[in-house]
Amino acid sequence: MIDIRFPIGLMFSVFGIIITVYGLTTIGNDAMYLRSLNINVNLISGICMLIFGLVMLFFSDPVKKWLKNRKA
Amino acid sequence: MDTKFVLGGIDYLIMIVYFIFVLGIGWALKKYMKNASAFLEAGRSIPAWVAGLAFISTNLGALEVMGMTGSGLKYGMLTTHFYWIGAVPAMLFLALFMMRFYYGSKARSVPEYLKLRFDEKTRGLNAILFAVMTILASGISMYALAILLENVLGWNFNVSILASAAIVLAYTYLGGLSSAIYNEVLQFFIIIIGLLPMTLLVMKDVGGWSGLQGGLAPIVEARGFAADTWTTTWKYTGSGGANPLGVAWYGIAAGLGFVLSFGYWCTNFLIVQRAMAAESNIAARKTPLIGAIPKMFIPFLIIVPGIAALVLLNDPTKGFALPLNETGQPIYDYTIIMLLKQYLPAGVLGLGITALLASFMSGMAGNVSAFNTVWTYDIYQSYIRPLTGNHELDDKHYLKVGKISTVFGVVVSIGAAYIASKFGNIMDFLQTIFSMINAPLFAVIFLGMFWKRSTGHAAFTGLLAGFAVALLHHGLTQPMGSDTLVKGGWLGVIHEYPVEMAQNFWTAIYAFTTSTLLTVIISLLTKRVKSDAELDGLVYSMTAPINDDEVIWYQRPWFLALIVAVICIILTILFW
Repeated sequence: MIDIRFPIGLMFSVFGIIITVYGLTTIGNDAMYLRSLNINVNLISGICMLIFGLVMLFFSDPVKKWLKNRKA
Repeated sequence: MDTKFVLGGIDYLIMIVYFIFVLGIGWALKKYMKNASAFLEAGRSIPAWVAGLAFISTNLGALEVMGMTGSGLKYGMLTTHFYWIGAVPAMLFLALFMMRFYYGSKARSVPEYLKLRFDEKTRGLNAILFAVMTILASGISMYALAILLENVLGWNFNVSILASAAIVLAYTYLGGLSSAIYNEVLQFFIIIIGLLPMTLLVMKDVGGWSGLQGGLAPIVEARGFAADTWTTTWKYTGSGGANPLGVAWYGIAAGLGFVLSFGYWCTNFLIVQRAMAAESNIAARKTPLIGAIPKMFIPFLIIVPGIAALVLLNDPTKGFALPLNETGQPIYDYTIIMLLKQYLPAGVLGLGITALLASFMSGMAGNVSAFNTVWTYDIYQSYIRPLTGNHELDDKHYLKVGKISTVFGVVVSIGAAYIASKFGNIMDFLQTIFSMINAPLFAVIFLGMFWKRSTGHAAFTGLLAGFAVALLHHGLTQPMGSDTLVKGGWLGVIHEYPVEMAQNFWTAIYAFTTSTLLTVIISLLTKRVKSDAELDGLVYSMTAPINDDEVIWYQRPWFLALIVAVICIILTILFW
């Protein structure tokens, strides 16, 4: 069976990249972030999701196997 | 109040990425679906942590999420009774005392356990009621999703129903129960991560927990309650009148903490199926315990923002409002939607909406994957085409039936969704009725597991009578001020309850008591048919005690259960 950590990690890494990039491009757009109390929530959640995604990927079986093969 | 969202391209992009992953998981699992057991039981190969998160995710449907945020606004922290007293004890009991029999009996479903423990007719009654109930529930949640998408995103009702049904069908058809479970885990994470920004922003806006308490005091006092009623759980349950729930502590403890929660968590196949798919007996016993850990903290994610919404509603400078229904009453279920709209900019907004979509799908897929199992094993294999003895042929045949029943289940759900859109009241009524089968079922399964003397005739009568009493009680009572027969009183009113919740509690208590008494009495009057050997693995006193000695102490279910219990007690004391 597949290791569910792999798709979870992959999906949140993709989300993380999309949202982080979007957050970066909207820096200084004060009108847009008025509702989120002047916080660039995209940038913050994007980075958090990317970290979460990468951690999940790192512990998933396919990546572990790949790292082991590379060492050998 | 305008409920419409304007979604940007970025929001749709998030949604599309999510759907690609959902379908991709189904696709990746397709090659493992070689026989009926792989398709309908996930081959009993799911690791404990995956089963545990799926276990809780099935319960975290969108109707639950939306309803609980709305209840937070209406009842405050008292809503956490549905999580702490109303879920954790039952989950602990399921894990420590019941799961070993469900799993160890090799039954493939809860109805099949009834067949092994009691007899065919008890199984038949339960299987048919369960099959009808799950399809209805799936239809109702599909209807709710379509209405939501229409109101919020302006999507066409028919397109929403067909599209959501098609996605759920695609991934459950491709990968069966494994696909449903894996997607539930994915959904679990996206629900948490998608809603978290909203929760944090609301709390920041109202000034944290202390700001919330301060903001609530004048509002709550104006309603005639003590200032901290909305931020405490047990403090004002000395009498029903002192809290907005309208129920005193003994009603909460007996109704919610015992009858309703044990009926739901310990016997509902939709939930138990996740643990039955676990890779080993010990993994199955750990499943509800692993699920209990996030369960205890979900109130902070969805109930607390609802409470904060009460402060926002009363602060004109925030510009926060709820949509109103035809009679001018606020629609509380929309609280979470309006909070998402209030705080989230494009980007994370797409994530929040995707989280809601995900929770709808997880509820629907859960229903469909439980339905096809009960249909294939408990109805089709028992009454229409029994096993032939040719393993290879049977396996192929039941895999096909499992797949066809998945399609059938989704199609009938779509039908149910349209019936709900035409006759919403009838569906509410049916759902109330079917929710009544849980309490008697718990009585019967509990006696079956822990009292070897209980017999098949008794179990069957107990189930039926419990159901009849629940119906009778519902027909003869109604909540105060009810103007519709859906809420009860369709046989004439002999008692009025202050709130609907109290009526539900008492319906369950009467049904459970009747069922227990009748099952005990008839068991004593009838002959025990099953021999001791036949009851091995099904009944507590006939089964060898569990031996977890080979497992290191901190991985034993008892240790995990202790941690869960301690956290739950600490939370209860903190928010007393």
